[in-house]
Amino acid sequence: MTRKAKKKLNLVLSYLVIFAIGFIMLYPIIWMFFAAFKTNDEIFGHISLLPSTFSFQNFIDGWNGTVIPYSQYFINTALLVLPTTLFTIVSCSLVAYGFARFQFPGKKILFAILISTLMLPNSVIIIPRYTLYNKFHWLDSYLPFYVPAILACYPFFIYQLIQFMRGLPRDLDESAYIDGCGTFRVFWQILLPLMKPALFSAALFQFMWTYNDYFNSLIYINSVKKFTVSLALRLSLDAESVVVWGKVLAMAFVAVIPLIVLFFAAQKYFVEGIASSGLKG
Amino acid sequence: MNKKKKIRSYRKRDYQAFIYIAPWLIGLIVLQLYPFISSLYYSFTEYQITSKPIWNGIQNYVTLFTADKEFLTSLWVTIKFSLMTVPGKLILALAIAVFLNRNLKGINLIRTLYYIPSLFGGSIAIAMLWKVMFMDNGVVNAMLGAIGIKGISWLGDPKVALITICSLEIWQFGSSMVMFLAALKQVPSSLYEAASIDGAGKIKKFIYITLPQITPIIFFNMIMQTINALQTYTSASVITNGGPMKATYVMGLKMYKEGFSYFKMGYASAISWVMFALILVVTLLLFRSSSSWVFYEDEGEF
Repeated sequence: MTRKAKKKLNLVLSYLVIFAIGFIMLYPIIWMFFAAFKTNDEIFGHISLLPSTFSFQNFIDGWNGTVIPYSQYFINTALLVLPTTLFTIVSCSLVAYGFARFQFPGKKILFAILISTLMLPNSVIIIPRYTLYNKFHWLDSYLPFYVPAILACYPFFIYQLIQFMRGLPRDLDESAYIDGCGTFRVFWQILLPLMKPALFSAALFQFMWTYNDYFNSLIYINSVKKFTVSLALRLSLDAESVVVWGKVLAMAFVAVIPLIVLFFAAQKYFVEGIASSGLKG
Repeated sequence: MNKKKKIRSYRKRDYQAFIYIAPWLIGLIVLQLYPFISSLYYSFTEYQITSKPIWNGIQNYVTLFTADKEFLTSLWVTIKFSLMTVPGKLILALAIAVFLNRNLKGINLIRTLYYIPSLFGGSIAIAMLWKVMFMDNGVVNAMLGAIGIKGISWLGDPKVALITICSLEIWQFGSSMVMFLAALKQVPSSLYEAASIDGAGKIKKFIYITLPQITPIIFFNMIMQTINALQTYTSASVITNGGPMKATYVMGLKMYKEGFSYFKMGYASAISWVMFALILVVTLLLFRSSSSWVFYEDEGEF
């Protein structure tokens, strides 16, 4: 075999391996989509991927299968996730600006605290937070999600935005100051537009994490009419003695669609956000 | 040499920083430091949410480690879970990142596809999917049957159930992989060229160039993944609910049960502090050892 042919064969084999692994990884998701059309008999004990008929009955039954329809759960989820994401971005970018562009007394120690809170696990603060919210009568509302976002309790995003801001030339600020701009105007009109990619990627991750969150919603929200999609899914699992899995999977699939759509619409920001997030850590 | 003591003078403008970091400062004190300290305090008390906490010294911890078999089980299960998922995920992510790190056409598409499972994180939808697929008569066993392998009781066998839960976690190696790929791209090619001239082979290059260059990112990932793994909750709760025979009863489940089903806040706080102590020990050990294996090109001066 010539060297060239050998190289080509190598390349073809590489692609085969890559796509085989990719296929195995994505198979569960593909299977979930088709299983959403199946009956229990078809889901269990069969290996065929395709359902016998493409009937949307599972989706209709699942959608209306709990006390209130899924449309309400989706509205609730939007009411929880979207403001939380927006608040996070606004507060974290302001705090990042404070850290990245000013030399203030106590900065080193505060920055060290910021970094150490990166490793502060949620479990260790959740009980006092719960009792605190209980005292404020915030339980069973979305305030336990909004308030930490407003108060920039997400050191990960602050850190990421600081890193990004440090990459922007300081001359921009200085020349704006000479032109008589105040600090807020520098932030708002000069830095913020340049930070769009970083803000966008932080927003995507906060959206994804809040959307997927189950533990916190479980603890803070208890009336069904305020349930998010995550909690509703749990409900549909416990609702009946004989679980109609097609229905459950249909709703599980509907629940992951927003993430998939968002991912494909904005994959550049996802992948770049991930790639840059820990590099200089 | 005359050493001038540097006195930093702050400009008037610099004090405005406090306005910008004010939300974070308030959040730090009210929603992070206060809960952090009070959960330590609660852990030494008997505290039902309806009444005031009553000091009872180290009683909670004594009960946890001597009388509460369920807790000791959960501690052990959590450690096993972390020992399987963190290295499993990182090794897989690194291996595939290294494999993908060359001039391949369509690398962006491949990266995207591999990342998809990570999108779903700890989502309940995917945990439900895992539950259906790994049931005794589920599709996984059906597939094994088709190639002549006898089915395994993925969720029912205490020896296997934890592995099934771990597999869900390891499946989501994509985000670490993307980070590693980005780090690999930053390794200066001049290093490889120099090594080639010295006659180093592929494996030598990997061990002496690639690995040292990307240790900071491996280190960062290891710590973050460990913190997450020790707190895991959703998958064990949804897929097996801690069973069979407590084989997947992680500490997150135990804490939830004591704190939010029985409202024994003091006892649950003690559990959360054991969890935190574990995280602290692991992090410190990693940091301690890091000086011998993590390579920083520049000390990030801030």
